[in-house]
Amino acid sequence: MTAPIFGALSGKATQGKKQIPHCGDSVCDRGWAFSLDVQQEVVRMADAQQQNSTVLKKLIIVTVLMFGFGFLLVPFYKKICEVTGISKDKIAVSNTQMDPARWVSIEFDANVGKDLPWKFEPMTAHLRVHPGELKQVMYRVVNTTNRTMVGQAIPSYGPARAGGFFKKIECFCFTQQTLKPGEEKIMPVQFVVQNDLPKDVHTITLSYTFYEQVKVGNAS
Amino acid sequence: MEATHAQDHGHGHPTGLMRWITTTNHKDIGTLYLWFAFIMLLAGGCLALLIRAELFQPGMQVVTPEFFNQLTTLHGLIMVFGAIMPAMVGFANWQVPMMIGAPDMAFPRMNNWSFWLLPVAAIMLVSSFFVPGGASAGGWTMYPPLFLQGGISNDMTIFAVHILGISSIMGAINIVTTILNMRAPGMTMMKMPLFVWTWLITAYLLIAVMPVLAGTVTMLLTDRHFGTNFFNAAGGGDPVMFQHIFWFFGHPEVYIMILPAFGIVSQVIPAFARKPLFGYASMVYATGSIAILSFIVWAHHMFTTGMPTSAQLFFMYATMLIAVPTGVKVFNWVATMWRGSMTFETPMLFAIGFVCLFTIGGFTGLVLAITPVDIQLQDTYYVVAHFHYVLVSGSLYAIFAGVYFWLPKWTGRMYDEKLGKLHFWLSTIFFNILFFPMHFLGLAGMPRRIPDYALQFADFNALATIGAFGFGLSQLILLVVVLKCIKSGAKAADHTWEGAESLEWTHLPSPPPYHSFVIPPIVK
Repeated sequence: MTAPIFGALSGKATQGKKQIPHCGDSVCDRGWAFSLDVQQEVVRMADAQQQNSTVLKKLIIVTVLMFGFGFLLVPFYKKICEVTGISKDKIAVSNTQMDPARWVSIEFDANVGKDLPWKFEPMTAHLRVHPGELKQVMYRVVNTTNRTMVGQAIPSYGPARAGGFFKKIECFCFTQQTLKPGEEKIMPVQFVVQNDLPKDVHTITLSYTFYEQVKVGNAS
Repeated sequence: MEATHAQDHGHGHPTGLMRWITTTNHKDIGTLYLWFAFIMLLAGGCLALLIRAELFQPGMQVVTPEFFNQLTTLHGLIMVFGAIMPAMVGFANWQVPMMIGAPDMAFPRMNNWSFWLLPVAAIMLVSSFFVPGGASAGGWTMYPPLFLQGGISNDMTIFAVHILGISSIMGAINIVTTILNMRAPGMTMMKMPLFVWTWLITAYLLIAVMPVLAGTVTMLLTDRHFGTNFFNAAGGGDPVMFQHIFWFFGHPEVYIMILPAFGIVSQVIPAFARKPLFGYASMVYATGSIAILSFIVWAHHMFTTGMPTSAQLFFMYATMLIAVPTGVKVFNWVATMWRGSMTFETPMLFAIGFVCLFTIGGFTGLVLAITPVDIQLQDTYYVVAHFHYVLVSGSLYAIFAGVYFWLPKWTGRMYDEKLGKLHFWLSTIFFNILFFPMHFLGLAGMPRRIPDYALQFADFNALATIGAFGFGLSQLILLVVVLKCIKSGAKAADHTWEGAESLEWTHLPSPPPYHSFVIPPIVK
């Protein structure tokens, strides 16, 4: 498409030479055609300046809009991640391990050994959970004696075979507890009942018993 | 350069330094842009040579690792924003008015501003080497969290990018307005030379994405100093978000650097093949398609940041789609040369070098577009090889081709053909010695932006460094050629290249008068 254009252009240029009145112009001597009426040109340029400022205004508006668009991309990308579920936070929060169709009852029980005159009780006696669900319950223990004592809680499960499927993430039974005279402690247990808990287990009893711990060389 | 305008002076405009500072003439401003770009090319090249000197042998010999990071960062910023883009705008200033038969750019005073902002930004960038902590060292892409840390030089970089952005936007607005409104009677859109078309589309891309870059670096600035948390993970922001917004600008940006190069080559090849450009309309549509597609491929720069497979597939296929219009262009150039009466003057040599070497860079781009391959090659020297093949043997070669092509028109004097050919052959040989081994280094796993490397990479790196110094020194030939041409070149004919058909050759003397086409030509 280009070729004929410029071919035609040079052809016409030589033809037009004789008809141009003001050909004293050095450029015209070379045989190039120019629009004849200079005054028309002045008018045309004035029009062009008007048009130029219109285009300028439009393009400045586009520039400003695109600057704003850069900032809009922030909520825009966030929304896309939210709608399409690309966001990694969402994946981390949602628990795909939980089995919402199944319920298991957990009974909490607390005892103290015969040598340990402490008061020990669960603050929640009973809880219904889904397998795979992370839960936390609190136990309360009070040293009713007038001396500092050290104790450790030992867990046991009923039925015993459920113990292998009862995973404690955090428990006061992991460490020894030291209580000053009359001191009270609220202590957490965090746990998950695993999905592969045998189907015939519907209730698990978690029972703790506190025993006094005797330090070596400290005869009771 | 003085010779260019010697005969046109005498109606009372300032001379000497004030002439250049206050000039509103498109030819003067084009000249300023091109000299600025050449100085920045040498500056960025010196940084590159320091990088290659350090990488000549394994171990640390020349610079500290911190300074090495500053070198890679500033090399990228200076070459992209200081050398390639201003050179292309310089061509637009010189050529667009002459090619469409306009007397000047639409907004001459704004044109003056767009140029004179550049040295300010350049000084700010280069002087950041001397502030406490040294220049920015987080890579030219300015990724947080690194860029949110670090010293005052990062703020200087942000402001420099702001200024460069404003300059580019003003230049682009000027070019769009000039092309839309100031064409000579009869110069319809589909009669415009392809260089004008590619610049029109490039200018639209600039107006669309430079403000987004400005917004992005503004967010960096407010994150650094004003307590916002756009990208600051500690405050709930997302560093990956920066990459998304940056590459929304960044991918169109790479086409901003290559489309005018396509335009220059599309002027040079028909002139020396003495045939009209094959497939003019398809060239225009291909350029438009590349511009539109450039907006939907940005995430191929970040395949390893973690995104769903469906998104990876989309960006992979969209990226590969760009090979179609680009292929149309390459085939059109080859078809233009097919059975042409070809001669091989320096501009044509650089244009043919462009077609061959840019195509290699295009193909490695396709390789990198394949997601699983990219995950392997991300941030290796393969990527470095790829983008230097498209930016050096692509954009820069087209700039060289354009300089040799139009130098006789601009100065009215011929350049030294022998020196020009020497420049081409030395550049091409050393360019390939410099960058071709990087493909192998990258495939073998050498990471980019690291000042030291494992012993097995030593031979290829030594080779690349030899190529780098050869290539860098070869560019001084261009300086000699241009100075010699201005000072003592033989008188050039008005229609220097017989096969060239655009208005500046057919309708203007060499050099053109200071004010050309005051009365527009009629194009039929």
